[in-house]
Amino acid sequence: MPSLNVNGSPRDFDAEPDTPLLWVLREQLGLTGTKYGCGIAQCGACTVHLDGVPTRSCVRPVSTVGPDEKIVTIEGLSRDASHPAQKAWALLDVPQCGYCQSGMIMAAAALLKAKPRPTDADIDDAMTNICRCGTYNRVRAAIKAAAQGGDPKSAGLNIQHVEGSAS
Amino acid sequence: MSAVLSRRSFLAGSGATGLVVAFHIPFIDEAAAQAATPAAAAPEINAWVVVQPDETVVIRIARSEMGQGSLTGLAQLVAEELDCDWARVKTEYPTPGQSLARKRAWGNFSTGGSRGIRESHDYVRKGGATARTMLLQAAADDWKVPAAECRVDKGVITHAASGRSTTYGKVALAAARLAPPADVALRDPKDWKLAGKRLARLDTRGKLDGSQVYGSDLKLPGMLNAAIRDCPVFGGKLASFDAAAIANKPGVKKVLRVGDSAVAVVADTWWRAKSALDALPVVWDEGPNAKIGSADIAATLKAGLDAPEAAVGNANGDARAALASAARTIEAVYSYPFQNHATMETMNATAKFTPAAGGAPARCEVWTPTQNGEAAHAATAEASGLPASQCEVYKLLLGGGFGRRGAVHDWVHQVVAIAKEMPGTPVKLIWSREEDMTHGRYHPITQCKLRAGLDAKGNLTALHMRISGQSILAGVFPQNIRDGKDPVVFQGLNAPGPEASIGYGVPNLLIDHAMRNPHVPPGFWRGVNLNQNTIYLECFVDELAHATKQDPLAFRRKLMTAHPKHLAVLNAAAERAGWGKPLPKGVYRGIAQTMGFGSYVAAVAEVSVAKDGKLKIHRIVAATDPGYAVNPQQIEAQVEGSFVYGLSAALYGGCTVKDGRIEQTNFDSYPVLHMDEMPKVETVVMPSGGFWGGVGEPTIAVAAPAVLNAIFAATGKRIRDLPLKNHSLKTA
Repeated sequence: MPSLNVNGSPRDFDAEPDTPLLWVLREQLGLTGTKYGCGIAQCGACTVHLDGVPTRSCVRPVSTVGPDEKIVTIEGLSRDASHPAQKAWALLDVPQCGYCQSGMIMAAAALLKAKPRPTDADIDDAMTNICRCGTYNRVRAAIKAAAQGGDPKSAGLNIQHVEGSAS
Repeated sequence: MSAVLSRRSFLAGSGATGLVVAFHIPFIDEAAAQAATPAAAAPEINAWVVVQPDETVVIRIARSEMGQGSLTGLAQLVAEELDCDWARVKTEYPTPGQSLARKRAWGNFSTGGSRGIRESHDYVRKGGATARTMLLQAAADDWKVPAAECRVDKGVITHAASGRSTTYGKVALAAARLAPPADVALRDPKDWKLAGKRLARLDTRGKLDGSQVYGSDLKLPGMLNAAIRDCPVFGGKLASFDAAAIANKPGVKKVLRVGDSAVAVVADTWWRAKSALDALPVVWDEGPNAKIGSADIAATLKAGLDAPEAAVGNANGDARAALASAARTIEAVYSYPFQNHATMETMNATAKFTPAAGGAPARCEVWTPTQNGEAAHAATAEASGLPASQCEVYKLLLGGGFGRRGAVHDWVHQVVAIAKEMPGTPVKLIWSREEDMTHGRYHPITQCKLRAGLDAKGNLTALHMRISGQSILAGVFPQNIRDGKDPVVFQGLNAPGPEASIGYGVPNLLIDHAMRNPHVPPGFWRGVNLNQNTIYLECFVDELAHATKQDPLAFRRKLMTAHPKHLAVLNAAAERAGWGKPLPKGVYRGIAQTMGFGSYVAAVAEVSVAKDGKLKIHRIVAATDPGYAVNPQQIEAQVEGSFVYGLSAALYGGCTVKDGRIEQTNFDSYPVLHMDEMPKVETVVMPSGGFWGGVGEPTIAVAAPAVLNAIFAATGKRIRDLPLKNHSLKTA
């Protein structure tokens, strides 16, 4: 049975070779945090890291991913949503419907690793994901906050966080 | 239990009631779950409030959360009156089946028209206030003191005279047994402690780590997956298909007709179902609409611009006579195309049809992201042929709604039809993006001819707006058409009043509609008819100002003296934007205002256009007066988001028709705004009190006309038909 290295563990799967990596992650491995949006690499909701490179998994045949290539999905980005991007996202209340945000966060995490102090132009180039709710300005602010060590004050949003409350 | 179905919170909630769950399957058997949840474990104070012994306060929310934040806002309103500890607040969705059994205890579930808060603030606050009164009474009864002597803060009840204190969790069981008070007073918004505050959303955590379960993520034991293809031509039918050709494809379980017009493949995984469907030979009967194209539709609408018959939406004076005698008349024709909602998550639902057995009646359950649980419930009953009492709908969080998931539940009808053919097996149906793009419920297509009469001094004396085109109600709720008139067509143009009223006083005014309904099905699309009506009116008013050599802001102000709320937001946006003050070289301003969904909104856009025609939107300043602001930071998020949606449509959107079908199939042919094009947005939230307006939609309508007016200021080019991508802004 073929195998993938996902979030640090080898995982066997059963799928035809031309099955996109996205659907192996979602349907064979139960990792549904990575989303289907378009199926043609336009929207970025399916973004995962492949050996650290942000990759649109909806057009990547699983047979082209080697068993030792390291795949990281949103579920494996951190153990407890503690990646600087995730923390900044939380502080600035970035998600609206949230469906595109896994891909947004994965793209942002790759950007921050490649460019710890991204300029606006860097953000424009790297963040080509589509968000229909329109969270773009908060995404930008959160990337900047993460780059500055997590200080959300620069965004000027003044959001009051109360520990414990949840849906 | 949790409204938003993450595995973590579901297990935590279930554990508290002793229910053992082997899978993360919310509500897999609601009856068993209820039987295993003794009321004593979590006393329900009333329909809205449950207080658990560990002091957790569960607030029930009937309206759906689709990103707009009203789950948090409505909880703030209940908690405000309840005086509970916000840190202990959780939320849950009641189900439509429970609502039916309890005579609609939670009121309307519909989440559209920006009505989540504005149409339920009163009864949800009363729910909180009633619960507080009962909890205080329970403590007072226990202490044998008058309830009026007891105080509560963050769920801790105290009686100062005796120095005693207790908590909501400790008195909840006793409170649940009390009769509710006949009436309760609500707090004056100026005394709000939780409502009105910039609180963080309640539903963020699961959206950061992939744990949030959306409809398309749901997995039930034994579940199969379905892909579907509907006839590409609206009104066409499925003629035949060759199931044998794909019978040997991996994972395929069933190939079946769905209704008159669709075919579905059911397989073990969705990817296998979709792959097999792509290979399935299908013959369509494309029906009477198979030759219709966009030019045909445009010609039909154009004829309506001068048709003698039209339904009048707003009129005063005698516009036709005043136009005939005006010193000068100006005329322009505008148009606005079909738009797809293009929610990030495509349409999907899971259904399980359980036949009658062993004395138990048949049952049909549906799990789906929906903006209206009650409508999804009705669709389930209709499609299954079962009484509503034998159906249930479990709402899942929406990956975008924007109106697509509210009025019409076509995908629910489909999934129930499939599940009925596979009794006992849960089936999840997911639409491909291509299916979603070509089988939407589209923003209506209209054209508008505007004629203005001006006196010798350039004052507006008469205005006739003739709208020609599609009626949403005719396609969705035809029973609401009155005497041939669809009142929703006139959003933003209504006579003075509390809803979507025009902001200008014109001595002779006529606004009428010649209904022309193409075969493409219409739907409510974020902002609805306010989108194009505001473009038509606000761009035309801009034309009048320029034609008479008047400042666009000053020209508007003269017409708005009897419309102080409209004028106040216009002035606020202009002031914050620095209207009239110098701009960097090459940057130009445009302005627009309107009123809709109960709120007053205005915007100023700053743009530049390069010689090669490339547009850059630098900044948009928006002002909104929604009456009351329940969570200002979420209002700001909605304003920004609405601009992305509105500008995506105006700049790039537009669905065209060829051979009876929609031509755009994905985000490559239906492009949307990306981050690199996103302007800075500054939002002035200016609640003036005394009314409750909506937030999710109104501001969408002012983004496009403000930008289009700024483009005219920059280039002298007046864009009258959208999207903008069809025009060149080159000046060199």
